[in-house]
Amino acid sequence: MENLGYLLAAYTVIWAVVFGYILYMQRKQRRLQRQTDMLKESADK
Amino acid sequence: MNSNHTLRNSILWGLGFALMIAALYMVFVYVPTEKHTGVVQRIFYFHVPVAWVSFLAFFITFLASIFYLWKREIKWDAIACASVEVGVIFTTLVLITGPIWAKPVWGIWWTWDARLTTSLVLWLIYIAYLLVRSFATEPTRAARYSAVIGIVGFVDVPIVFITVNLWRTQHPTAIIFEGGLAPPMLMTLLVCIAAFTVLYILLVIQSAGLKTMEADIKRLRSMKAE
Repeated sequence: MENLGYLLAAYTVIWAVVFGYILYMQRKQRRLQRQTDMLKESADK
Repeated sequence: MNSNHTLRNSILWGLGFALMIAALYMVFVYVPTEKHTGVVQRIFYFHVPVAWVSFLAFFITFLASIFYLWKREIKWDAIACASVEVGVIFTTLVLITGPIWAKPVWGIWWTWDARLTTSLVLWLIYIAYLLVRSFATEPTRAARYSAVIGIVGFVDVPIVFITVNLWRTQHPTAIIFEGGLAPPMLMTLLVCIAAFTVLYILLVIQSAGLKTMEADIKRLRSMKAE
């Protein structure tokens, strides 16, 4: 299996970048949710 | 998020997951190894769909930008920006996986031929789009300026697409449209394209939702400050 390393490298990069972006969005969603909750709390007071 | 959106997203995630598993099975098990370039040719089955998704992403940005300038509704700006974000990520993957394929086949990582150069220019145009958004001080101005880039920048997409037919490039021609693919290879490619298209839709829905949420928070904060 010549050049198998190149094939694995290509697929690893694709999955790493896609999962990295999903992770980034998840973190952003949590941060924005916290900010929304804080705004709601301060509006209720 | 209402129950209809949750159901839609669950169906899309399920469909995307099933298609991606099928795509991986077909790429690594089902499809025969190409006799000239060997196992490295299998990069093609993800490289082409990733390029297709980036073209689709910039086309959606083009349309959403027109709608934003016409209607001035925040949802169009959110869709345009989310689509650029996903498009830039996928163009980055095109620019990485291309050279990984090229090194064992051509013997070089990169050459300044028409297809590769216009693809790099495409990536730079949409990086500029994201930079304009991050540097603009006022949200409506950022949306307006970036919408113009989203419309004008799209001119490069058909140029990238036709380069292999207009000039003699080192990059292979679009053999899909010339009927040069064996049926199992074509089937594998189509499943991969479907999988990445669903992934694109999911990522844009998620990202556009976050951008709308971010804009709402900014608006509420400025109202509170007043």
